[in-house]
Amino acid sequence: MTRFVFVRLGETAVVLTIMSFLVYALIGLMPGDPIDIMISSDPHLTAADAERLRALYGLDRPIVERYRDWLEAALRGDLGYSRVHARPVLEILLPRLANTGVLMGLSFVLSVVIALPLGIYAAMRPYSRADYAVNLLCFAGISIPVFWLALMLIILFSVMLGWLPAGGMGTIGAESLGDKARFMALPVLTLTLASIGGYTRYMRAAMMETLRQDFIRTARAKGLSRARVVLKHALRNALIPVVTILALSFGTLFSGALITETMFAYPGMGRLIYDAIMGNDFNLALIGLLLATLVTLLANLAADVSYAWLDPRISYRRAGAVP
Amino acid sequence: MTAAGGQRLPPPRPLSVLLWRRFREHRLAVASAWVLIGLTLLSGFAPVIATATGIDAGEVDLYNRFAGPSFSHALGTDELGRDLFIRLLYGGRVSLFVGFAAALASALIGTAIGLFAGYYGGRLDAFLMRLTDGVIALPLLPLLIVLAAVDLAKLGLPEALIQSEDVSLYRIMVIISVVGWTTVARLVRGATLSVRERDFVLAAVAQGAGGVRIVATHILPNVVSPIIVATTLSVGNVILFESVLSFLGLGIQPPIPSWGNMLSNAQELIWTAPSLAFYSGMLIFVTVIAFNFLGDGLQDALDPRAVRR
Repeated sequence: MTRFVFVRLGETAVVLTIMSFLVYALIGLMPGDPIDIMISSDPHLTAADAERLRALYGLDRPIVERYRDWLEAALRGDLGYSRVHARPVLEILLPRLANTGVLMGLSFVLSVVIALPLGIYAAMRPYSRADYAVNLLCFAGISIPVFWLALMLIILFSVMLGWLPAGGMGTIGAESLGDKARFMALPVLTLTLASIGGYTRYMRAAMMETLRQDFIRTARAKGLSRARVVLKHALRNALIPVVTILALSFGTLFSGALITETMFAYPGMGRLIYDAIMGNDFNLALIGLLLATLVTLLANLAADVSYAWLDPRISYRRAGAVP
Repeated sequence: MTAAGGQRLPPPRPLSVLLWRRFREHRLAVASAWVLIGLTLLSGFAPVIATATGIDAGEVDLYNRFAGPSFSHALGTDELGRDLFIRLLYGGRVSLFVGFAAALASALIGTAIGLFAGYYGGRLDAFLMRLTDGVIALPLLPLLIVLAAVDLAKLGLPEALIQSEDVSLYRIMVIISVVGWTTVARLVRGATLSVRERDFVLAAVAQGAGGVRIVATHILPNVVSPIIVATTLSVGNVILFESVLSFLGLGIQPPIPSWGNMLSNAQELIWTAPSLAFYSGMLIFVTVIAFNFLGDGLQDALDPRAVRR
């Protein structure tokens, strides 16, 4: 098990390194480069100045060399500065990461708390009217464009009813928790609604699969009540794949958070990355993306480990083998 | 068969009839198929409808902005006074076309990778599957945003292509296909692994058939079902990704309308014209949910082990 975790950690590091090169190269392919931006902000720069600056910053060297230098610096802990904010990138990223964590955490907990019982309920009455209704909701949840859902919620709650603010993180000057909650309500609601559908489907499918197993029939045959069988015997088994899928869905949740943050002007990672890309803040975009990738990879690792940990039937003796 | 009673079995029905009967049981899937056919026809004939009604989708009429529904403008007009209904139809052309094209391209890439990995196995398989895992593990939307922001001039593409109006269309199809092939690749690999060991494949090998022939004539036809299901489901996903990228200003570029970029200005206009935000999002929603139901129905019909509803 420990060996398995280490092998997977090693793989994660490899994937992250490859990603860092890809993203580094891709960001170099974005329109303009830092020197172009300097030129546009200072009309006195001549072509010769620009060339000198390019050489000074090493922008005339091949990409692999530049990447190697960047990687060396990054491994020493020097992640560079943000061009727009003129501060070290981590100083900007970490508070934003915390904000995103709050948004994602609240939505995740809420949607799991709603989705799991809903899925179990539907699985206990397969093909009933209630099951069809839940199923319809699930399909709606996975099919709705998150940005449009956000728009509709803003129109309903801010424009028409006037109950909640349409964006931001708090009234200036007001530091109370109630005020914060009012601003958090719509983003959390959006992300929750966008996640419930998928989670409910996983739970329903896993529970139905488990309820078909022989040990469930045995438990029922020895006289246990249906509720007890479902909640005690079936749930523990049905949760194994669900926990894994929940961890694997982290990337989707992050994508949803990016859209939600953009829609509600919520100061989180997703919006920061988007703004950085749009505003040619290369370094910030690069580190932001890699941080997002790292967190997603770690969530996937957690999924794999949880699978092995929850299900004693699975052995990871042959680490790294494709199942 | 002339058994004791002389009873004769009815002639076997063709496979297509069997499949259709099973598909028909999933009523939501059937309804979805009709909705999609309707939407495709409507947007396909958008130019015809535009000519017939005498409305030009691009015609700006600043004296007639945010007009409500009327006889001349079925759904009213947008912030530039353009007819909303006709623009929605044209937007549907773009969104549906991108959805189909990118889903097909992803399916082709995924099938090729899955067949290779599954049939040849070994190191190639391990490498390709690690690659697939890696791509699946990435946070897709931020990556798509970076890909969408790449400056095509720096890639050394011909100037004529970069300057053309349709370039945003091709770009979005390419970047979605680049990241969208993983599901099909995994499914095809899995199916290939199980088909590869079957007797008819061994028989073909014994007869001296080469790898390409075996893969093309013996394995591919047997892994078609999961490909069809996954591709149908992915059309919906592609449309979602296209719409969000276009909404963020990184996908389909105006003046070409797509359901996503028609919502780009909607957020600034929610106070003045909240109803403008409604229609194109609703169309995205309906289209995506229809593709998801259709995929679900196809899965039930094509997979003999599927639980019957």
